Amino acid sequence: MLVFALKRFVVGILVMLAVSTITFTLTNVAADPARTIAGEGASAADVEAIREAYGFDRPIIVRYGEWLGGALRADLGDSYRQRRPVVDVVMERLPVTMSLGGLAFAIAILAAIPLGIIAGLRPNSWIDRASLTFALIGQAMPTFWFALLGIVVFSVTLKWLPVSGSSSLSHFVLPAVVLAYYATPTLMRLTRAGMIEVMQSDYIRTAKAKGLRTGKIVLKHALRNAILPLVSVAAVQFGFMLGGSVVVETIFAMRGVGYLAWESITYSDLPVVQAIVLTIAAIYVVLTLAADIMNAWLDPRLRSN
Amino acid sequence: MIDASATAVAVKPLRAQTVLEVKGLDVRLPTQSGILHAVRGVSFDVALGETVCVVGESGCGKSMTSLAIMGLLPNGAVRTADRLAFSGKDLTGLTERQMSDLRGDKLSMIFQEPMTTLNPVYTIGDQLTEPLFRHRRIGRQEAYEKAEAILERVGISGAKRRLGQYPHQLSGGLRQRVVIAMALMCEPQLVIADEPTTALDVTIQAQILHLLKQLQREFGMGMLFITHDLGLVARLADRVVVMYAGQVVESGPAKDIFERPVHPYTQGLLRCIPIPGRTERGGRLGAIPGMVPSLIGGIEGCSFRSRCPAALPRCANETIELQDLNGSHSYRCVLDAAAGNDAWKRNAGSMEKTA
Amino acid sequence: MSQATSEAPVSTFAAPRFPIRRMLRHRSFVIGAAGLGLIVILAAAAPLITWHDPYAQDLMNRRIPPIWYAWFWDHPSAGWHHPLGTDNLGRDYWARLVYGARISLLIGFSATLVSGLIGTFLGVAAGYFGGRVDLVISFIITTRLAMPVILVALATVALLNSTLLVITMVLGLLLWDRFAVVMRSATMQARSQEYVTAAKAIGCSTPRIILTEILPNVAAAFTVIATIEMATAVLYEAALSFLGLGVQPPLPSWGLMLAEAKEDIFFSPWMITLPGIALFVLLLSINLLGDGIRDLSAPGGRS
Repeated sequence: MLVFALKRFVVGILVMLAVSTITFTLTNVAADPARTIAGEGASAADVEAIREAYGFDRPIIVRYGEWLGGALRADLGDSYRQRRPVVDVVMERLPVTMSLGGLAFAIAILAAIPLGIIAGLRPNSWIDRASLTFALIGQAMPTFWFALLGIVVFSVTLKWLPVSGSSSLSHFVLPAVVLAYYATPTLMRLTRAGMIEVMQSDYIRTAKAKGLRTGKIVLKHALRNAILPLVSVAAVQFGFMLGGSVVVETIFAMRGVGYLAWESITYSDLPVVQAIVLTIAAIYVVLTLAADIMNAWLDPRLRSN
Repeated sequence: MIDASATAVAVKPLRAQTVLEVKGLDVRLPTQSGILHAVRGVSFDVALGETVCVVGESGCGKSMTSLAIMGLLPNGAVRTADRLAFSGKDLTGLTERQMSDLRGDKLSMIFQEPMTTLNPVYTIGDQLTEPLFRHRRIGRQEAYEKAEAILERVGISGAKRRLGQYPHQLSGGLRQRVVIAMALMCEPQLVIADEPTTALDVTIQAQILHLLKQLQREFGMGMLFITHDLGLVARLADRVVVMYAGQVVESGPAKDIFERPVHPYTQGLLRCIPIPGRTERGGRLGAIPGMVPSLIGGIEGCSFRSRCPAALPRCANETIELQDLNGSHSYRCVLDAAAGNDAWKRNAGSMEKTA
Repeated sequence: MSQATSEAPVSTFAAPRFPIRRMLRHRSFVIGAAGLGLIVILAAAAPLITWHDPYAQDLMNRRIPPIWYAWFWDHPSAGWHHPLGTDNLGRDYWARLVYGARISLLIGFSATLVSGLIGTFLGVAAGYFGGRVDLVISFIITTRLAMPVILVALATVALLNSTLLVITMVLGLLLWDRFAVVMRSATMQARSQEYVTAAKAIGCSTPRIILTEILPNVAAAFTVIATIEMATAVLYEAALSFLGLGVQPPLPSWGLMLAEAKEDIFFSPWMITLPGIALFVLLLSINLLGDGIRDLSAPGGRS
């Protein structure tokens, strides 16, 4: 078990290293950082001066090594636009995104699992068909369009919720629902499929033969087995949500990491973009690690080897 | 509690008490190509301390019969019966809730596949104690002590350690012992065992059978043993019910069935197993040619006639009822018992001659 | 005819067949195919079914509502001249929607082609060779999954150029992960079949085995993933364009139209409704088609 966790941890470190290499190459080779800093109308001489001042004239390997060294000390350079450490810029925006993601994830799980269980217990019933239709619509509904419709209905017409911002809890409701709505169908379909399969298994028949009540059979014997494949997918979905926050935060003008990413991309503030990609990758790596550990906790067969 | 069980054991041998009565049991399953009439008017009963074996090929309705008694038929299946009673209590009128009060308590079941009948994510102890918590008012400690005692009783060494283990850490034979222990947790009056040894190695099969016999004697319970293996029937059964195409074709005391089988199907089955002293060494065992008829829709006449060596024209259109031979032995054939018996003896005799 | 096929001996290594009758009886397959087919035909016939240049601005006739505003609310300027109205620059909405379908389909299809090639190459290699190759490729897949698609796509497109080619290539280079994962397991399954062992035993070369034995057997899985990924690519193109970093004006992309309509959300809600519905119908059709193909290619019908 410990060896297993340790192995996954090492893989996680390697993944982070690979992601950092890719993003560094992308931001330093695909674009000329000196030109970016100098701006559109700068003269060739100005660009050269900046190139020398920032050390962009040195070989890329050297610069990457230097940057990586800094990254290990939690120093990812300075924002071109805000002229202060990138780490500070990103960190102060992280709470909004994490709350949004967490809230959306909670909504998705709380909608997907009960719906999936009910649909899986009665395949082809009206509730099953309704959930599948809901899943189909959810998968075909672009997040940003759903967000706009939400604004039209709840903010403009009904005036129940604020249009934009991130200063109070009510600002989080619509964005979180929008973000959750996209992830729910996948999780619901997976729960449903797992439930249908598990309910036909021999150990459920055994549980019935013991005289156990339906509630106990479903919640104790079936659910734990049915959600095993869900755990790792849920982790991936949470990662997707953080990525999807770019769209949602931009629409609702929430001051989170996603909105920061969009701003930084439009202003070519590459160190910030790079740091955000790394942060989200790191969260993803931690989430998958957590999912592996949770799976091992749920399924004793994984624990023994 | 100890006193009560002691008196129960003392009373039982005096008068065999019927624990299960089945009369005219029918099971219909909806399928894509029509209604499958899986069990057709099956009748038998089981007394406390008695082993009744239901024998037949796969698809003859024997498993459906057991599931129908347990109330565990698949969704959509329809069960009807003239009488289906457990300890004199009618089961047909019970709600699912009342039925579940019986299951795992006085009426329990042992399933075929030890590899999949246990839930992989819970410990043995957890799964063993579940029937106790469901049907008895019992503390955690007492429940685990009882589970340990029963595990020891079914021949598992180091029972205490096993309670904390998961199914995948146990071998197939051990798991089947756990499944048996689970069925015995509440000291049932009737255990239905559906091919409990089919998935096991031959040596382990023998151990498990021996164990079941012993436990039955000890607990004084009735046992309904479902199998396709006549070899097992010979070692276990007090009485035998032979099923074919959803119907009982012959039933009676084990001794009668093995020595004086009447129905050509029973005779065919018996020819398929080697019997020491009777079957020729190195000779051929019998086989029954042909296929079981489809159980979808009605069957005209005798369902075995297409495979029957003694079929007559009348077998095709007459409805053949069970005929009583001597009060305990009955069969479903147009042949009279004497003729059937003669055919069997001649055949057996010819076997001995060639040997 | 169907009698004959059902009685024919079942050969285990026949590629899954798609009997026309079974396909026509499958509801989601039919609806999906019809929806996608309709959009493809509209996009292809765009010059024939529109009577305005999608780029022609008409500042005198801005924000004309669709025709049903004339039917139900007697709106004076709505009419057949602009059946779906005009946008904030007076461009014909119907023409822009129809030409926009071309962009969605083009990017969706080409990006899927690119990602399908990359993913299949990696997946088949990992599944067929196993061992170290599998280890390295699995690591590449994990790394790819750790990178947030939309963010990396936005940044890359912004750094390079927002041309259709760049958008297509960036999406293609980012969306191959599902192909790789599914092709890998499908290949592993195909590789363990007897006929592959037999092909090896008679001395077939590795490329030949992959081409003639493995690829035909992972084709069904490929089709299913291709539909899912095409929907994903269409969605990402729209999202990039919506955020202003994808398809650039004045090209008519549905995502871009939504972004432009965002300003008019209070007074002309139909302007965000129409491109959204178009996008929704396209995605729904592709998903339904994918579900249908998955069901029909599964051996026992519905899986």
